Amino acid sequence: MARYVPPHQSKIGQIIDVIVLLVLIVGALRLPLWFDLAGGAKTPAPFNATATWADLGQDTPEKIAAYKALGYDNPDNEALQAIITARYDYTINPVELAIMVIVVVGYFFLIIRFSGSEYKEVIAEKFGDKK
Amino acid sequence: MANVQQAAGTQVEKISLLRVLGPAHVWALGVGIVLVGEYMGWNFAVGKGGAYAALIACWFAGLLYTCVAMIDSEVTSTVAAAGGQYTQAKHIIGPLMAFNVGLYLVFAYTMLEAANAITLGYLVSQVAALSGYTGELNQTPFIVLTILFLAWLNYRGVLATLNFNLVITAVAFIAIIVLFLSTLTGTTQLHHAGLMAGSASLPYGAIGVVAAMHFGLWYYLGIEGTTQAAEEVRSPARALPFGTMAGIITLLIAATLTWYICTGILPWEFLGDGVNGSVAPLFDASRLSGSTFLMVLLGIGTMFSTMASANGCINDASRAWFAMGRDHYLPQWFGAVHPKFRTPFRSIIFLVPIAILFALGAPLDQVITFSILSGLLEYTFMPINVILFRRKWPLDTIKRGYVHPFHPVPAIVLLTLCAVTYFAVFLGYGTQLIAMVGFYIVVSLWFHFWRYRFVKRGDQFTMPWPRPRGY
Repeated sequence: MARYVPPHQSKIGQIIDVIVLLVLIVGALRLPLWFDLAGGAKTPAPFNATATWADLGQDTPEKIAAYKALGYDNPDNEALQAIITARYDYTINPVELAIMVIVVVGYFFLIIRFSGSEYKEVIAEKFGDKK
Repeated sequence: MANVQQAAGTQVEKISLLRVLGPAHVWALGVGIVLVGEYMGWNFAVGKGGAYAALIACWFAGLLYTCVAMIDSEVTSTVAAAGGQYTQAKHIIGPLMAFNVGLYLVFAYTMLEAANAITLGYLVSQVAALSGYTGELNQTPFIVLTILFLAWLNYRGVLATLNFNLVITAVAFIAIIVLFLSTLTGTTQLHHAGLMAGSASLPYGAIGVVAAMHFGLWYYLGIEGTTQAAEEVRSPARALPFGTMAGIITLLIAATLTWYICTGILPWEFLGDGVNGSVAPLFDASRLSGSTFLMVLLGIGTMFSTMASANGCINDASRAWFAMGRDHYLPQWFGAVHPKFRTPFRSIIFLVPIAILFALGAPLDQVITFSILSGLLEYTFMPINVILFRRKWPLDTIKRGYVHPFHPVPAIVLLTLCAVTYFAVFLGYGTQLIAMVGFYIVVSLWFHFWRYRFVKRGDQFTMPWPRPRGY
C-alpha cells in the first residue's frame, strides 16, 4: 500500500478546529442545561403550612431528632418539605426507552464500523498488504 | 516515544515524559481521584433508590469496577503508553474509537474536576457559616483559585504533583477510618433501625435499586485513570496492575464504611439530596456526631479529597488531550512537552477554562452525571476492546505483563452491568444521556470526514507487535 502523506494544516486551520471542538463541547454539555432539559425529573409535593412530622413520613424519634440536629426545628419549613417530599418519577415511556436504546447501540455500531475501515488502512501501511 | 521534537539549528532534541513513578504513586493517582466519591456525590444514589439501594449499587458497581480493573490491567500492562485506554483503542479497534475514548477520558475527568471544585466551594461556605459568618459567601473565587492552583502544580511537574496527592489522599482515607472507629467507641451514635424504618429503606422498591446504579458508579469512577501514567511509571507491567487492584480494594472498604456511617446518622431524604441537602455527607455526618475534633478532621478530609481528585483529574485529562494532539487527532499544538518541567503544559492550560465554565454554573448532580456518562461509555468500550485484543493477538503471540483470569466472563459481566447502568441513567436523566451520545455522534462524524485526513496512517501503530490475526 502506498504511504499516505497527510496535508499540512495551517495555524489558522488548527485554530478553527479548536474552536469547532470547543463549540461542540460547550454545546453538548451546556445546551441541555440552558434549555432546562438536563437533571433528574424529581418534583416535591406542594408546600403544606400545617404539616406535621408524621405527615412528612418522619415516623420515628430518630428521624425527627436527626432533622432537628440539622437545624430544621419544625416541619412547616418550605425548604425542608422540598427535600423530604421530592420524588423521582420512574414511569417508563416505551418510546423514550426505545430511542435511548437505538441512539446508544447505533452510536457504538457507527464508531466500530468507521474505526474498522480506518484500522485496515493503518495495518496495511504498517505491515504491508497481505500476500 | 518522542513527544515533541525541537529543532535548534541543526540539532534535534527529543523530549519525553519522565519515568519516575512507582506502585504507590499509581495507587495514589487512582484512589486520589476516586476517594472524593465517598466524600460527595455517591449519596445521590440514596436519593434515587433509598439507603439499601445505594448499598446494593455500591457492591454491584464494585463488581463492575473489579471487571474494569482486571481487563484494564491486562491491556495496560501490554500497551504501556501515555493516553491509557485511548492508546489501547488506537492499537486494537481503530482511530475513530480511539478519538472517542480520548474524549471520554477528558470529559469524565474534567467534569469530575468541576464537581470537586463545587464541593470545595460549598465546604468553604459551610466553614464560614460555622465560624459565625452570617452573609451569603461568594464561592466563585475559591472555585477558580482551586482549579488554577492545581493546574499550576500539574504544570510544574508530575512527581511533585503525585507526591502531594499521596499525602493528602492518605489523610482523607484515615479521616474515614477515624470516623468509623468513633462509631465503635460510642463517640458517634448510629441509628440505622430508626432512620431506615418503614418505607425509608427502599422507598421506590426494586426499580429504585436499578436506578441507584447510576450514582453507584461515583463510588469508584476514575480508578481506571491509573493507566494514564503508563509512560511515567518505572515498571508498568508490575506497578499498574498492583496499584490499580490495591486501589479497588481500598475503595471497596472506604465505600462500605461511608455508607454505614452516613445512613446511620443522616435521614435518607436529606442524605439523598446532594444539591439542597447533604452536599458533603461525611462532613455532615461528623457535624452531627457532636465532636469538634471529628468535624474538623472530616472537613480537612473533604478538602483534601476534593483537591487530590481535582489534581489527578487535571493530570489524566491533560495526558489524554496531549496524546491526541501528538497523534494529530487534535491540532498538534497540544502535543508539546514543556522543555523544563517535562509536562504536557499546553493541554493542562487549555482544559482549565472548560473546568471553570462547568464548576461555575451547573448543579452538582448534573455535572456528576456528565462525568458518569463519559465513564459509562468508556466502560462499554472496554469489554469490546479486550475481546478483540485476545482475538487479534492470542496469549501465545505477544508477552503480557498480566493476564486476567476467566476470560471472557469479566467482559460479559461488565457489558451486562453497563447495560443496567444505561437504564439506571435513563430513569430520571434520559435527556442528558441522549444529548451526550448525540454529541459523540456529531464529533465522530467531524473526525471521520474531516480531522482524520491530517493523521498519518501507519505511524499510529507504535507497539512492537506482529500483524493482528484476521488482517
